[in-house]
Amino acid sequence: MKQLVILSGKGGTGKTSLTAALAHLAHDGPCGVPLALVDADVDAAILDLVLAPTRLEEHDFVGGDTARIDSDGCDACGLCLEVCRFEAIRQTGRHFEVDPMACEGCGACFHQCPAQAIRMQPRVVGRWFRSESRYGPLIHAALFPAGENSGKLVTLVRQQARCLALDRECPGILIDGPPGIGCPVISAATGADLALVVTEPTAAGMHDLERILGTTQHFAIPTWVVLNKADLVPEVSAQVMDTCQRKGIEIVGRIPFDEAVTQAMVRGEPVTAFDRRAPSSLAILQIWQRIVAGLFGGSIDTRVERLDRRERA
Amino acid sequence: MRIAVASGKGGTGKTTVATSLALCLAANGGSALSPAGPPLLLDCDVEAPNAHLFLRPSWEAVWPVGIPVPQIDPAGCTACGRCAEVCAFNALAILGSGVQVFPELCHGCGSCTLACPEGVITEVVRPIGVLRRGTAQQGIDFGHGELSIGEPMAVPVIRELKRQVNARPGQVVILDAPPGTSCPVVEAVRGSDFLLLVTEPTPFGLHDLRLAVEVGHALGLPMGAVINRDGIGDDSVTRFCENKGIPVLMRIPFERAIARDSALGRTLLETHPEYAPRFRELAGDILRQVEGAR
Repeated sequence: MKQLVILSGKGGTGKTSLTAALAHLAHDGPCGVPLALVDADVDAAILDLVLAPTRLEEHDFVGGDTARIDSDGCDACGLCLEVCRFEAIRQTGRHFEVDPMACEGCGACFHQCPAQAIRMQPRVVGRWFRSESRYGPLIHAALFPAGENSGKLVTLVRQQARCLALDRECPGILIDGPPGIGCPVISAATGADLALVVTEPTAAGMHDLERILGTTQHFAIPTWVVLNKADLVPEVSAQVMDTCQRKGIEIVGRIPFDEAVTQAMVRGEPVTAFDRRAPSSLAILQIWQRIVAGLFGGSIDTRVERLDRRERA
Repeated sequence: MRIAVASGKGGTGKTTVATSLALCLAANGGSALSPAGPPLLLDCDVEAPNAHLFLRPSWEAVWPVGIPVPQIDPAGCTACGRCAEVCAFNALAILGSGVQVFPELCHGCGSCTLACPEGVITEVVRPIGVLRRGTAQQGIDFGHGELSIGEPMAVPVIRELKRQVNARPGQVVILDAPPGTSCPVVEAVRGSDFLLLVTEPTPFGLHDLRLAVEVGHALGLPMGAVINRDGIGDDSVTRFCENKGIPVLMRIPFERAIARDSALGRTLLETHPEYAPRFRELAGDILRQVEGAR
């Protein structure tokens, strides 16, 4: 089973629009591959806006523990305030309470409280769902606003997707990743067979591209780059291509700036389904064909070939 | 006054708005908008910090930031296992006759240090990123954090940036928050007086704006919206803001010229000086709302 993760570093470069279009092509396109789909951007999960899923199962996600002070047992010694390194204890006169949004769940106060007036309680910080979308099974989640432990939730949805893919005999999993380079990104990307990094020709995009490429290299994930809105600022596009060339990373596709992408989003459709002749759709079809060849079929990419050999060995 | 600029969805133009707002306040330093002179801008998007690319500060200091992780003196350790028992993050384990520390799992809470009956745990800082401080054009004080590649925890870097790069008395602080709605955003936005939400008029923008508004409500902050790339998409964001009573304080139309200048790392106020009065109005609106909320 092959796992493909879509990443970006900088937010708003077009990860979800690309993921949705790839899901559509995998399902309905000329070289289809049945995929299990995962939305791993759990604190801004928007893949379902274009995949129109029907929820089949819904589960709570327990993030971690939160401390709670029992005011009857509290003798207001203030030790909790002293030991907490996360500014999570609030004092009003002789009344102490925990700010659940600041609480790290470490339990330092719980273990130190001489009156044993603090309890640690598991907190539900999100929900995850198993759904059937128009392009295949989808595992997605919604971390409640201001929720914590998004990395753990990402790991959970990926595990669920793996089980589902084995069950349904899907040869691949397509993961829409979160922006950034931190914990949810690492959870979304580790162990993937290929990372597709979506970037844009901007100064900020370039800067963040270097950081996400550093991250995929750190975790030894084979990586291709997709240059989105490629024609918007040609001189910066040239710099992106130089950067990738210097690092030996292949740019597997260039998607032109195309208003059809936004129009499709407003209609709640992937751009490839909205207008298959749109310039962006044609570019994405080429990218999909490269993925099929590189990841699922006759290997034409040396990096993936190397990976296949490693797996066999 | 502390103004946090956030969005939910990434790439909506947080940094565009934050940097131009900072320039506007600097230009109006000494006035009622920014009485203590140019503002302090803190770029809290430590996973993908970009504001410095636009304001090009000259750095005056760079220093490491990290998590205090336990170090156990094997001579005094009896391997009683109390440290592993109290650790909520599985960062300590008894292996054989000693304690094994897994520094990358440690949150630096210090619970093990407090719990050790032999008192043999000391803490050493494990660097996970750097903080930088400098001065940008027009005297803007600038600070940012940068999470090291391969490190998972952004929150401690944001927390230390806010603790260690301080404003002068009365100085306006602008906090450029990371995308999303989870713990890094909360850490960046906590303690602010106003939440400025930058969004785009698309279904994706609306979905994430809705979540960001819930974060603002949970933190009890007054809010206002900036609609960027106005003209693309639909009017659902405008209707949402009307329904929720969130004032739309500014609209920036989608223009290729604006997109291009921003791509080249130039601020909106630099390339489109006609926006100066509008940013002044924006700053004035924010000030009035903050004073109204007090």
